[in-house]
Amino acid sequence: MPDITKEAADEAAKHTLGEPVPTADTAVVEKAAADKNRSLWGDAWVDLRRRPMFIISALIILLLIVMSAFPGLFTGTDPTATDLQNHYLSKPKLGHVFQADWLGYDQQGRSVYSRLVHGTRNSVLVGFGATIIVTLLGSFVGMVAGYFGGWLDAILSRVTDIFFGIPFLLGAMLVMNAFTDRKWWLVAAALGILGWTQITRVMRGSVLTVKQSDYVQAAKALGASTSRIMLRHILPNAMAPVIVVATIALGTYIGAEATLSYLGLGLSAPAVSWGADISDGLAQIRVAQHVLLYPSIMLTLTVFAFIMLGEAVRNALDPKLR
Amino acid sequence: MGRYVIRRLLQMIPVFIGTTLLIFIAVYALPGDPVRGLFGDKTPSGAQLASLRHEYGLDRNIFVQYGNYMWNMVAHFDFGTQIASGRPVTDILGDAFPVTIRLAVFALVLEIVFGIALGVISGMFAGKFLDQAILVLTLLFIAIPVFVLAFLIKAAILFPADLPPNVNDSNNLGQMLAPAAVLATASLAYVARLTRGTLVENRRADYMRTAVAKGLPRRRVIGVHLMRNSLIPVVTFLGTDLGALMGGAIVTEGAFNIKGVGGTIYESLVRREGTTLVGLVTILVLVYLLCSLLVDLLYAVLDPRIRYA
Repeated sequence: MPDITKEAADEAAKHTLGEPVPTADTAVVEKAAADKNRSLWGDAWVDLRRRPMFIISALIILLLIVMSAFPGLFTGTDPTATDLQNHYLSKPKLGHVFQADWLGYDQQGRSVYSRLVHGTRNSVLVGFGATIIVTLLGSFVGMVAGYFGGWLDAILSRVTDIFFGIPFLLGAMLVMNAFTDRKWWLVAAALGILGWTQITRVMRGSVLTVKQSDYVQAAKALGASTSRIMLRHILPNAMAPVIVVATIALGTYIGAEATLSYLGLGLSAPAVSWGADISDGLAQIRVAQHVLLYPSIMLTLTVFAFIMLGEAVRNALDPKLR
Repeated sequence: MGRYVIRRLLQMIPVFIGTTLLIFIAVYALPGDPVRGLFGDKTPSGAQLASLRHEYGLDRNIFVQYGNYMWNMVAHFDFGTQIASGRPVTDILGDAFPVTIRLAVFALVLEIVFGIALGVISGMFAGKFLDQAILVLTLLFIAIPVFVLAFLIKAAILFPADLPPNVNDSNNLGQMLAPAAVLATASLAYVARLTRGTLVENRRADYMRTAVAKGLPRRRVIGVHLMRNSLIPVVTFLGTDLGALMGGAIVTEGAFNIKGVGGTIYESLVRREGTTLVGLVTILVLVYLLCSLLVDLLYAVLDPRIRYA
């Protein structure tokens, strides 16, 4: 996801200086004129609310979060309850919407629908966990490298290159393979430790641009401390592209968790994971496609929603791309 | 330019050492024991284990092991021995690499042809319905996990058409089409998005207005002036992506049962074959580093405004 850095940072710098928003929509311009103090994020929010892409993806994500927090609202069936009499019973029951047998049963007679609902929590936890680690670690290293420059930048950039050179999935496989009892936070940590380099690069580029701005020079001339300049002036204005990359990355981490589970290196059973269910279903691909079809749809939809959200946020923060 | 190349090559050395050392430590920190694995369910004596460990150098300090390994690699092109089969790792690499390179290059070709085509269509109709449709399509391509796509293609195309679901001859381009398409999908979407982005931005550039104003035919304006400048970032992406495709082949090769680098990496990981794993990953890292160097040099050729000190 290249080349969003500079423009978005420019945009960020411009908006905080109170320039009018460059948009063709007169209503928005008038509104912006009425509220001149609105920040970059305020502008983005006004823009986002009118985008169908944002509304659709936000609704899907909201539903997923509710589902992961309160699976009991959606199903009363235990996802690990087996009933061999139901083995492969797969006729969709149209009248039974949201009942245990709605989407059929898997090889061991477990309700596919219940496993779908209960699998949400691990995917969402891993996705958010890994994204938080990546954002904190990546922003910190990128900001230090970009702000101080010199030998510190040279060293940090080489360290970033080292981690960047390791194939992401392979690294995650290596780490996960070392553990036998794999919980969600372990998967999140492994993905986080291997994934921070992308944010670092974006943040470093962004900080390099923001560093040149007049208001940073002004703050320096007024004798503001380094930590104040970094936290109050640079960080808020360099954050925009990082948020975009992080949102899109959240989707890919959910996909990565599923891939690891599919390879048998994700969460250990009896944890419910869409990836593991797809992997189980693959063995019966010719007899019972429904077992892997529904978790696949759910997984793709989830990743899609986060990537779409990131894309909408990027458009809102970077009007040049229109 | 010459000085720039030398500086880049020198910078590659610490990165190369760091990456391989990290992988080396990770592999050797793994639980499990490849020597014990040799005996299957028989229980070897302590002396037997110790002598075998000594033979493979597994009883020494990890940094000494790493130093020896690197020295053998650089001085004798010796990547160690696969403990399970006793074959040198270079042999195994020689079998697996051509397969993965074929797969990656095939995927790259699909990526270039369809990615740039989608991007150009999208950019030319920016803001219109076609642009929106391509946007949603590419986001879907990025969102769909590789293994899901692989089984979808199997279930929807290969099984009904009675085609072989797995690749048994990697020289057969027809059989390689499905895995190459699966491998290419996500990158294809990035290429399309990138092409669209630069195209839309460059369409408003001054040199475009000049070209139109001096009455050049539309074909020449778009084909030469717009495309040449817009494809530079795309070329950069394609270069680094070739390295990524080779590393990303783990899942694709597994799903289609292809005996390439990805398949071998997965097998070695399961069998705790440290040396094989480090050898394979080292090559991947080298390929990746060289690709990104080549891309930077190509950049200067494509865009004469860029000068390296």
